[in-house]
Amino acid sequence: MRSNALCNRIGDLFEKAEGKVLSMFTTAGYPQFDDTLRVCKALQDAGVEMIELGFPFSDPLADGPIIQRSNERALQNGMSLSVLFEQLQGLRPAIRVPVLLMGYLNPVLQYGPERFCASCAEVGIDGLILPDLPIDEYRERYQSMFADYGLRSVFLITPQTPPERIRLLDGLATGFLYVVSVASVTGNKLAVDDSRKQYFQRIHEMKLSSPTMVGFGIHDRRSFEDSTALLRGGILGSALLQVLEKSNDIASDVRAFVHAIRSDS
Amino acid sequence: MNYNVDTRGFFGSFGGAYIPEMLVPNITALQACYREVIEEPAFQAEFHQLLRDYVGRPTPLYPARRLSKKLGYPLFLKREDLNHTGAHKINNAVGQILLAQRLGKRRIIAETGAGQHGVATATVCALMGIECVVYMGEIDMHRQAPNVQRMQMLGATVRAVNSGSRVLKDAANEAMRDWIANPEDTHYIIGSAVGPHPYPDMVMRFQSVISEEIRWQLPAQTPYTLPHSIIACVGGGSNAIGAFARFLDTPEVALIGVEAAGKGLDSGETAATIARGREGVLHGSRTLVMQTADGQITEAHSISAGLDYPGVGPQHAHLARTGRARYVSVTDEQALAAAHELARLEGIIPALETAHALAYLAEHDAGPDDPVVLCLSGRGDKDMAAYSEHHRKEMSF
Ligand SMILES: Cc1ncc(COP(=O)(O)O)c(C=O)c1O
Repeated sequence: MRSNALCNRIGDLFEKAEGKVLSMFTTAGYPQFDDTLRVCKALQDAGVEMIELGFPFSDPLADGPIIQRSNERALQNGMSLSVLFEQLQGLRPAIRVPVLLMGYLNPVLQYGPERFCASCAEVGIDGLILPDLPIDEYRERYQSMFADYGLRSVFLITPQTPPERIRLLDGLATGFLYVVSVASVTGNKLAVDDSRKQYFQRIHEMKLSSPTMVGFGIHDRRSFEDSTALLRGGILGSALLQVLEKSNDIASDVRAFVHAIRSDS
Repeated sequence: MNYNVDTRGFFGSFGGAYIPEMLVPNITALQACYREVIEEPAFQAEFHQLLRDYVGRPTPLYPARRLSKKLGYPLFLKREDLNHTGAHKINNAVGQILLAQRLGKRRIIAETGAGQHGVATATVCALMGIECVVYMGEIDMHRQAPNVQRMQMLGATVRAVNSGSRVLKDAANEAMRDWIANPEDTHYIIGSAVGPHPYPDMVMRFQSVISEEIRWQLPAQTPYTLPHSIIACVGGGSNAIGAFARFLDTPEVALIGVEAAGKGLDSGETAATIARGREGVLHGSRTLVMQTADGQITEAHSISAGLDYPGVGPQHAHLARTGRARYVSVTDEQALAAAHELARLEGIIPALETAHALAYLAEHDAGPDDPVVLCLSGRGDKDMAAYSEHHRKEMSF
């Protein structure tokens, strides 16, 4: 497993990708129970370079209504971590792009943190985003476990995060830094105004060692291009889920959506 | 044994601050300053002056003669129902509004279940001239309608929460989301001893005025020096921890928390978290939580909106694990009957939450010389609809 830690799809992606990296977030088991891999495949085929797969939680307190609904729906569909890992047996080699799991801590605690990491490694997950995992606990209990299973860590920073904490998180992240675009829950349409530009400029000028991926509220080509101008790439979530919610043909609707964001995809 | 918070924000293995990065700046700022601010003599002076002149403290420690006679042991009611706004919640709201002012916050948010914390928060915001937004589950707005009107008359905006199970847990989620979106000017006044550190410890400090008063009132007014036992209902656990706080290190005083069993501990419709929960993370705190094997939080069920919560304060989880306090539970039906009994025997209509503590008294093991103190956390005006319906049903048999 150690060898896996050295060569990791996330590291490769940021090394090799030439343009802005396009990543998308979807909820596992959404819109239908067995859509998890279908959506991943559609995203990859449309040119999305990295996938964040959300595992659902009953109380997603950092999420807006769209992701709340996708969580509720996925849970109604019968999604759980054990079910997800069964579905993900088919992840590799069909999906070649890096895939991260993202979600709230409680389901991980109940599944068992070490068992969770082992299951992730087994199915070919590359990294983890656990936004409510405190960094003290990460350092004490998770950091070496992540490394043992070849999992890259991602930490969030926000417009309110002080510079010294950004440096700290930059030092801890082994995957990338998730630059939360604005003080908001997920799903509020982002407008890249002067204060956003100043924030992205400030992050850019810090010359951080981790790649910086901006997310929250990116919903169209304009908001993607404007927000990633000074950063390594961007992440879309709620906007994709809205497309999936209404979709009768996931492959073609996802393709159209991705191409509207970035036509060279 | 240490029953209080450690330097890392934990009570044994419970507590901590399990929060997304968006909340870290506000929580870190609170962690860094709350003790210092609260302990300042000027803060303490203002806090206690307001508790006296505005809230009406100290609250009486009332010997319930007729009920004592029936029970066979001397029972004293700590009358938190006589506080301004009708419950213990105001103690915490006064403390936190003074803290918010010192932090320079201009907007207050709160969650509420029974509406008592919402009313208390709306009240202190009116008092200080600060904007107030209260999140309340749709189901609770319906079953505690009088309190919605009170909050509105006090100038607060009450936002209906229709996500999730539409009760207290979901109102807390919405308040957290509001705080994420308003990180600069807003303070979140959490209404119980729950949430990320420092809230459980901070709320305990503000509510501990309850046990501070019991501690001097009992010897001053009765032949007894110490209570034999202290009994309080537990939702998130703020009135209970307030009633226990000054006795935690006096092991001869038994501490008993009463949870809401709902329709019964094994009915699948219960709110007795300590009895039926497992260790997990909810609302930023590692504590006991009612959840599925997969770690999804389950809906709590209680007739009492204030106890209808699938988590519990981390300090209570610690007190339960160490055995310092004992936790029992009573059903909806038992609570309703106990409320009627108190009304008839003592002329006091208690809140439905409090009625749970009262319902346990009949099972409580105490002798004729064992003074028992019950925290009468609130009055029952808000619950008249539930009481009348119960009364009608009883009459029709
Ligand atoms: C009168 C009264 N007692 C008790 C409670 C339960 O809260 P806690 O456990 O924090 O005291 C409430 C909550 O709304 C209440 O209104």
